[in-house]
Amino acid sequence: MPFNIAIIDYEMGNLKSIYKLLRHLDIDSIITSDHNTLKNADGVILPGVGAFGDAMKQLREKGLFTLIKDLALQGKPLLGICLGHHMLFSQSTEMGQHEGLNIIQGKVLSFDKTLVGKIPQIGWNNVFFSNEDHFMVQGIPNNSYYYFVHSFYVIPNENSNILGVTKYGETEFCSMVGKENIIATQFHPEKSGKNGIKMYQNFIQYCRK
Amino acid sequence: MPLTKRIIPCLDVTEGRVVKGTKFINLKDAGDAIELGSFYDENGADELIFLDITASSDKRKILIDLVEKTGENVFIPFTVGGGLRTVQDIKEILRAGADKISINTAAVKNPDLIKESSKIFGSQCIMTAIDAKRVYVNSPEEAKHNVVIQLEEGYCWWEVYIHGGRTPTGQDAILWGEKTTSLGSGEIMLTSMDCDGTKEGYDLDLTKTFSERLDVPIIASGGAGNPQHIIDAFRLGKADAALAASIFHYNEYPIMKVKQECKKAGISMRL
Repeated sequence: MPFNIAIIDYEMGNLKSIYKLLRHLDIDSIITSDHNTLKNADGVILPGVGAFGDAMKQLREKGLFTLIKDLALQGKPLLGICLGHHMLFSQSTEMGQHEGLNIIQGKVLSFDKTLVGKIPQIGWNNVFFSNEDHFMVQGIPNNSYYYFVHSFYVIPNENSNILGVTKYGETEFCSMVGKENIIATQFHPEKSGKNGIKMYQNFIQYCRK
Repeated sequence: MPLTKRIIPCLDVTEGRVVKGTKFINLKDAGDAIELGSFYDENGADELIFLDITASSDKRKILIDLVEKTGENVFIPFTVGGGLRTVQDIKEILRAGADKISINTAAVKNPDLIKESSKIFGSQCIMTAIDAKRVYVNSPEEAKHNVVIQLEEGYCWWEVYIHGGRTPTGQDAILWGEKTTSLGSGEIMLTSMDCDGTKEGYDLDLTKTFSERLDVPIIASGGAGNPQHIIDAFRLGKADAALAASIFHYNEYPIMKVKQECKKAGISMRL
């Protein structure tokens, strides 16, 4: 099989923009929920826009809940974006209490309006890379701007899992996490111009290893 | 460093080409939409908005094709609007690769469209476009069901127009704006019909009133003629984003130049 990235399809979110960015980089990718295709991929992307509860329900219905956990455990490169980033965590309070994949321990919380002003945060904000040596941020200036659209954010239990930090209003939150083969971003690198493209290149390079 | 203010070029398109008129008439061809979109991405635009101004259901395929092709070369967020009437219309545009959609007339006629679509696709991708025009009154009592603001020129409220600015609705723009957010709209593109095409600056009173009363981001639109107007929209109008068309399309002011001017004025910008 040639080098291949699988974008997990659970019928939510803007999957095409990731697909198109990868094609722009001459990378074959496939939007799929097929278990074998996911198992055979060199890297897996968990995208997502929408509500946490609905998304988790979709994952379970497609039998992806256990599969994604297994792939993560087996060392498959896995990149979560936005809601995909949230879903990697233990639990979320988005419209009720929901259980997440628990691949990274921690919780998902809503912004507090009195601390941030407008919700959702929509637009470009800086990401401070707390570990400049990490493979995902190679060739990218620290504090680069990335595009955010979200009302919820994550709090990992372990500080060592934090790769990036962003400040919105008075709230400083974790905007990027990394735990071995698992990477996730609150922002949308596929919508963040050249610094976002670079991040995908770094992920692909990691998948090739 | 905080969230930056956004500069958004707007591409009024018809059949895949960009046009820009003065006060919604006298259209003039300003180039190929996909090419221009990609050019703006590379030249500092924070986001793009495509408005299909002659949208009709039989031309929907052309719009979808445009959205798909744009997504191949544009790696910043883009919004598509124009003639979207149903959840199915919205779904097709989002599936084709748009990050957000904007609705105007259809939302006024059927506010539930905002509620349904934001529930399915999320508030963050449902933008309501509001075309507003000043109505001057002698006293607040004269329009007591509306939000009347006292300005130097006298009392006024803003009326919502639909059908590309051709049809007045009698509705108060501010109350309508508040209603759209309670229904789930995540962002508002606010166009002043009084200022649109004049190049004499945004309606700062309108922009400021919206920004102060609503909790969602406000995109100021209509009237940008130079960088100072954009600075004013952020500073005085308290807008979250500024939209402009002709000053960018005819390259009177490159986007980066505008952003540098804003930054010099102390406004947070992505450079």
